[in-house]
Amino acid sequence: MSSTLLNVEELQVHFKVYGGILKVLNDVALTVNEKEKVGLIGESGCGKTTTMKAIMRILPWNAIVPKAKIYFKGKDIMKMSDSELKRLRRRSISMIFQDPTAALNPVFKIRDQLFDIVKYANLEMGKNLSKKEIEEEAIRLLREAALPEPERILDSYPFQLSGGMRQRVCIAMALASAHELLIADEPGTSLDVTIEDQILRLLKQIVEEKRTSIILISHALGAVKGFVDRVYVMYAGCIVESARTPDLFREPLHPYTKGLLAAVPKLTGGGIPSGIKGRVPDYMNPPLGCRFVTRCEYAMPICEKKQPRMIKAGNDHEVACFLYGE
Amino acid sequence: MCIMFLLEKLKDLGILSPRKAEDYKKAWYKFSRNPLSVAGLVIVIVVVALAILAPYVTPYPHHAEYYVDFANANQPPSLAHPFGTDQFGRDVLTRIIFGFRYSLMMAATVLAIVTPPGVILGLIAGYYRDRWIDTVIMRIADIFVAVPPLVLALSICAVLEPNIFNAMMAVSLMWWPWYTRLVYSMASSLRMEPFVQAAEIIGASKIHIMFKEILPNCLGAILTKVTLDAAWVIILGSALSFVGLGAQPPTPDLGTMLSDGAKYMPTIWWITIFPAIAIAVIVLGFNLLGDGIRDIYAAEAR
Amino acid sequence: MKVSSENILEVINLKKYFKVSKGIIKAVDDISFNVKYGETFGLVGESGSGKSTTGHIIVGLYAPTSGKILFEGRDISMGVERRPLALKKKIQMVFQDPATSLNPKRTVRQIIELPLKVHGICHGDTTQKVAEILQMVELPVKYMERYPTELGGGEKQMVAIARALAVNPSFIVLDEPTSALDVSIQAKIINMLMRVQKEFNLSYLFITHNLSLMRNVASRVAIMYLGKIVELASTEEFFYNPLHPYTKMLLSSIPVITDEEEAMKPKKIISTGEIPGALNVPPGCSFHPRCPERLEVCDKIEPCMLEIAPGHFVKCHLYNSARA
Repeated sequence: MSSTLLNVEELQVHFKVYGGILKVLNDVALTVNEKEKVGLIGESGCGKTTTMKAIMRILPWNAIVPKAKIYFKGKDIMKMSDSELKRLRRRSISMIFQDPTAALNPVFKIRDQLFDIVKYANLEMGKNLSKKEIEEEAIRLLREAALPEPERILDSYPFQLSGGMRQRVCIAMALASAHELLIADEPGTSLDVTIEDQILRLLKQIVEEKRTSIILISHALGAVKGFVDRVYVMYAGCIVESARTPDLFREPLHPYTKGLLAAVPKLTGGGIPSGIKGRVPDYMNPPLGCRFVTRCEYAMPICEKKQPRMIKAGNDHEVACFLYGE
Repeated sequence: MCIMFLLEKLKDLGILSPRKAEDYKKAWYKFSRNPLSVAGLVIVIVVVALAILAPYVTPYPHHAEYYVDFANANQPPSLAHPFGTDQFGRDVLTRIIFGFRYSLMMAATVLAIVTPPGVILGLIAGYYRDRWIDTVIMRIADIFVAVPPLVLALSICAVLEPNIFNAMMAVSLMWWPWYTRLVYSMASSLRMEPFVQAAEIIGASKIHIMFKEILPNCLGAILTKVTLDAAWVIILGSALSFVGLGAQPPTPDLGTMLSDGAKYMPTIWWITIFPAIAIAVIVLGFNLLGDGIRDIYAAEAR
Repeated sequence: MKVSSENILEVINLKKYFKVSKGIIKAVDDISFNVKYGETFGLVGESGSGKSTTGHIIVGLYAPTSGKILFEGRDISMGVERRPLALKKKIQMVFQDPATSLNPKRTVRQIIELPLKVHGICHGDTTQKVAEILQMVELPVKYMERYPTELGGGEKQMVAIARALAVNPSFIVLDEPTSALDVSIQAKIINMLMRVQKEFNLSYLFITHNLSLMRNVASRVAIMYLGKIVELASTEEFFYNPLHPYTKMLLSSIPVITDEEEAMKPKKIISTGEIPGALNVPPGCSFHPRCPERLEVCDKIEPCMLEIAPGHFVKCHLYNSARA
């Protein structure tokens, strides 16, 4: 059995804004094992990106973290010193963001940006590479990211590349330092469907070859299904269900997951699906009990009073819902 | 804070609609996050209040105009005259406060004259971007921008009779293109936004689109610029007075006071240093205030 | 294409070329199609296909370079400045990103008021009418005094749709109306659009790249590639019997959830290469560099649009031989 790489427990993140405090993340817990592909699905505003930023410790200035237990290979990330954090970011974990255009500095050529990353990633491993070696490594990374003509890409500015190429450059950059865990935040969302397909296949191939773990965040259920081994479903800052991929799609347990899957239009027809009634709760005044209670058609009295915990409901299948016990 | 409370009261009283009250409260929240901005606001309010109430708050209001008392001339700062007296025996503190009047009046007048036409021309040029109107307006603006500001102002003042009115005209003439440019750059990019396209599809008139769709999105930049410009106009006005082309003696103008006192430096230093500090303080106040206003309109980070 | 009175919109040989410093971009290159009264016509394609540009031309944001657009039988092939006000009342558009299609400095009331005032439907106090319109799209009336930034993505789009519906149009161009939204909100909005269509007998031009959504919304679909329509058919035909290799490629790369859908998809065609820029349109059939079923003739001669089955049109040499 592979060992645990990343273990997040009891993660709470609040944001201070005009009008009060947004209590966004509510005891988020997830685990990623070595060489495992994990998906995190949820709709916009549910806190997926915030969770990842908390893990990478790049939350904005108005974020408050009342509780957080984030362990990477046993070490508490929240307690790491600056140098340990640097080492973590240069060697072990890396993140690919949603919008590749925003992730690349528009006034520098790709070579300036990529070389820096390669240089520091290797520095952390004790290797001081010469300029030539850095260039070779950069070209190798670009090739790994399925980019043709890497030399030409190095000499280009981001605006001279298409969206798909920019995203692949970001992947190459992430590859330089992600030797253990890659976090991909909606990597295909701003791209066309055929290009998104290519990017996801590339990521899958890379991850399988290099035996890295990956957390794939998306609100596109289909993209996640063909890719990951296990899925977490997130709603309004809470993890509501987690299961192995085939189990989740075949037998969703949580009412939200069911509603989400039912809301996707089917290629086979069947008319317009009905959505989920109601609105996302206000983070300033979240419900005291289950955060899905106002929209749930199975709501029971207990759902308004107590917050459900994740309980086992099958083989490797957990759900936070009173329908399945307490 | 007390401002929030005040706004809440106004809303309850029905003076402010709930929407507006909410908007102002939010604006104050963003503004007050930076204590320096609040400091700037305080400075400006104090200066404006002093200027308006000058005859009532100054110890020697009659010193502001024609007054001579050679017995008391060139007195260093004392309890009776906190900033000393000048070569005519006039109280420097009083003259400075009256001098605020002229500085502020100059700023207010110039900006009031310059802003409407500058903004309107910028809106038109931005809306009709890449058409002939755009070219005509912007190239005319370019001509005015090309001349160094002080040179243009000096030339105009030298040709006409030197007084504060002509100084204001001169400064106005070279100031308007900056507003046109600012608004042009914003309007020409906003022009392509979907909400403007939607208004066109609906059939809204061009006037509506320029003033009701595009302009509100430029207000933040315009207001910030107006505030920061106040500082610049005051400096420019003082510079003109300094060389004798603006306010004429015995008018208490900060620039004139500087030039009067320059020849007595460094012995009778208070005649020059205090007006200089006053100018610096006003300018600082407007700059800090302008930064704060910019913060109000800055895009909210997620 | 048949020209008849059952069509609310007829697009005939429409072209839109943009001159840029490097050359000419043929955004829309000779397309023709009709939209019948009361139907939802789907336009599908990726970036650079010209589908959005087509929508923009119909609405008047661009004037066509050549070709004709007939609306209710009358020629409207001109930009929006030259269109009569009465026409603007009939054709409306809903944009993709509601965050930019609603003026952030105007309240919801002011946004919805605008078409009412412009077309003289309502003067003076518009509260009543605006409330009615908000209720029609199932938004709370108290949203009137809010700014778009205070609403969620789905709600913003509802306001955009309310604005389009305010003047009681006959034809709405929906340019990726739900692409920027989550799936559960998308369902709500599509349901609302369908309900309103029935209630007011509207015709829609539905532009999207989401094929699963298109399957359930449109009655006929046209797919565009680099400015040309390469296949046009009824929805059933399009999804169960796709003919053009590009259609098959697109269908095979849609991520789906259920096994039945997976079974329905054409055999997996791995798309290779980038989508070529519209400046470097390949000669002959513009799809030939990426086409897995390429023939000799494909890089020399452009194929014609042929009707292979009733109502099913394809632009591909593979089917030319059947006729030749």
